[in-house]
Amino acid sequence: MPAVQETVEQVRSIDVDQYKYGFETDIETEKAPKGLSEDTVRFISAKKEEPAWMLEWRLEAFRRWLTMDEPTWARVDYPKIDYQNAYYYAAPKAFVAPKSLDEVDPEILKTYEKLGIPLREREILAGVVRPEGSSRVAVDAVFDSVSVATTFKEELKKAGVIFMPISEAIREHPELVQKYLGSVVPVSDNFFATLNSAVFSDGSFVYIPPGVRCPMELSTYFRINERNTGQFERTLIIADKGSYVSYLEGCTAPRRDENQLHAAVVELIAHDDAEIKYSTVQNWYPGDAEGKGGIFNFVTKRGDCRGARSKISWTQVETGSAITWKYPSCILRGDGSRGEFYSIAISNGRQQVDSGTKMIHLGKNTTSRIISKGIAAGRSDNTYRGLVSAHRKATGARNFTNCDSLLIGPHCGAHTVPYIEAKNSSALFEHEATTSKISEDMLFYCRQRGLSQEEAVALVVNGFVKDVLQHLPMEFAVEAQKLISISLEGSVG
Amino acid sequence: MSLLEIKNLQASVADRQILRGVDLVVNPGEVHAIMGPNGSGKSTLAHVLSGKSGYEVTGGTVTLDGIDLLALEPDERAARGLFLAFQYPMEIPGVATMTFLRTAMNAQRKKRGEPELSTPEFMKRVREEAKKLSIDPEMLKRPVNVGFSGGEKKRNEVLQMALLAPKLAVLDETDSGLDIDALKIAAEGVNRLRSPERGMIVITHYQRLLDHIIPDIVHVFSRGRIVRTGGKELALELEERGYADYEQEAAA
Ligand SMILES: Nc1ncnc2c1ncn2[C@@H]1O[C@H](COP(=O)(O)OP(=O)(O)OP(=O)(O)O)[C@@H](O)[C@H]1O
Ligand SMILES: [Mg+2]
Repeated sequence: MPAVQETVEQVRSIDVDQYKYGFETDIETEKAPKGLSEDTVRFISAKKEEPAWMLEWRLEAFRRWLTMDEPTWARVDYPKIDYQNAYYYAAPKAFVAPKSLDEVDPEILKTYEKLGIPLREREILAGVVRPEGSSRVAVDAVFDSVSVATTFKEELKKAGVIFMPISEAIREHPELVQKYLGSVVPVSDNFFATLNSAVFSDGSFVYIPPGVRCPMELSTYFRINERNTGQFERTLIIADKGSYVSYLEGCTAPRRDENQLHAAVVELIAHDDAEIKYSTVQNWYPGDAEGKGGIFNFVTKRGDCRGARSKISWTQVETGSAITWKYPSCILRGDGSRGEFYSIAISNGRQQVDSGTKMIHLGKNTTSRIISKGIAAGRSDNTYRGLVSAHRKATGARNFTNCDSLLIGPHCGAHTVPYIEAKNSSALFEHEATTSKISEDMLFYCRQRGLSQEEAVALVVNGFVKDVLQHLPMEFAVEAQKLISISLEGSVG
Repeated sequence: MSLLEIKNLQASVADRQILRGVDLVVNPGEVHAIMGPNGSGKSTLAHVLSGKSGYEVTGGTVTLDGIDLLALEPDERAARGLFLAFQYPMEIPGVATMTFLRTAMNAQRKKRGEPELSTPEFMKRVREEAKKLSIDPEMLKRPVNVGFSGGEKKRNEVLQMALLAPKLAVLDETDSGLDIDALKIAAEGVNRLRSPERGMIVITHYQRLLDHIIPDIVHVFSRGRIVRTGGKELALELEERGYADYEQEAAA
């Protein structure tokens, strides 16, 4: 079938050329000495002017880490990582935490501008280029290891919302950080989370007080710029009783021949009747057509529905990274709590994705919903791995899972690995899964109506992911839709 | 100038010769009917004209408005005014029919260098045409052809044709699956589109469609080519006598 062949060729030829965020910002940085030791941990902690308890916490994590092995169970294949041949901290030189945007290095601002991130409050306030009906977004921008700018701080403060770099929160709100840090993802949780606990450099901290509906979307943009540098950010979000917050996260990195490690930890805590909506558009550099370079994205994300009737919802659009190892999960501890996972994972070129979720039902009448859409093109591999479990006491637990895979071309693979454990008989778990190929007949039907090959692929793919896309906040939905077309664009010449 | 000119067209699929020298000229304003036994290559002709992959053209030429049609991509052919109402319309899960119609109309307009339709303009046109074809507007919110009945799919094809207003429409068994009332409605839809500039090729097995869409010329298709051409009375004759005579003729 010539047209299929053509599609495949085009898909194959894309990735790097399509990656629009692959530029590098020329800026002087200060780095920790290369390699990983207790001294590295101390260096980072000192840089951040951390209290003693924080350093102790990190050192404990580091000592644990030394005794742990890298996990090998995921369906991904990559060369051994030399943890001593990387930098664990990089900050723009002479970095002093900026008091306002005017103090931020213009090179960095330019970078974010190129990425299309609205950092400038006045632009946002002026209301230019804002789609109708869209809300404003407060942004925290993390450049390599440090947070360079957080917007709307004052306005959020009025509402009682704390939104700041976690490094600042450690100093300014130690009681909150100490209470919650590591309470969802324990220090010794897994190899990468433990590594993160030892060397994390920055990230965002959010606290929403009881009964407060956060007045705007909160958002963090992560950018890896430095060569040979790992990024280990840490995000901690606490929604107190009856509060609500929607949080967005975006990430990009320059094109580089070497692989770079990104091992983040995100912890969410929702108290009684609180709701957290966490959305990610992940677009780390995926590597070139031959699989050279690209980000290793080994991330631990977990939400704890600690209170009754609390709700945590993960929505992710994953298009980047050479390797993705990521399972945003929900612990449904509070009675009547609810967890949701909506995912679009696209792999192309030589990308490998092993992603999914865990829904751990502990409380009574807890419910969860999983909608996963995997799209594989090129020579990529795309695995959904998901666990749904109901504890003995989780009577009335309900889960609905729907996993669909779409294959573009004959050289990619899609796999579904569901684990289901029900320890009580009243649990009701439903699982649906489908695998389909983009059919040549479907594309021809579209083309006969006037759509080009790329328009036809985009239309079919958008139809495929629609159920998930609609869960993204509007600002991100538009961006995500564009990103999906770009990721598959080569498919499309 | 003739609208469509097919000369000695030969094509094969999976190394099997299906079209064995088709000659056909459609002038502006004409409606041609093609009738012929199952497997004789009628749909193959429609697919080759519209540029479906998997077919190899092994000889002959096709021009639309004097332009070499076979050199164009399928979407370019569509933008130049070729429309195919499919014998088996495809389902596209997750894509609302409305979105599909709009995407198609704007894609063609863009290729022709025309401005996109505004939302109100588009909505107005779709509602009008849907009404004429007795299509429930609720149906247009559903994904393209998904869960549509056989007859609904065919009516959806006629709706698309009406909106895209092609120069040359090829209708491949648009009557099959339609009940008697729907057949009338669909035929009226086709007749509304008849005009001095437009040409149509109506592929069908049944005379009853030709009671409603009265053709100017009727062709008998057998074993990959046109074996007889006549006026509308030829269809009646076929209905009575079947294709037996022609099958022998074509084989000879
Ligand atoms: N992909 C294919 N591979 C092999 N043979 C094919 C393929 N597509 C079509 N054919 C064959 O080509 C011949 C013509 O098929 P076509 O669909 O054009 O017939 P038709 O005249 O439209 O028949 P009907 O009246 O039943 O619709 C048939 O014998 C069919 O089996
Ligand atoms: Mg046919």
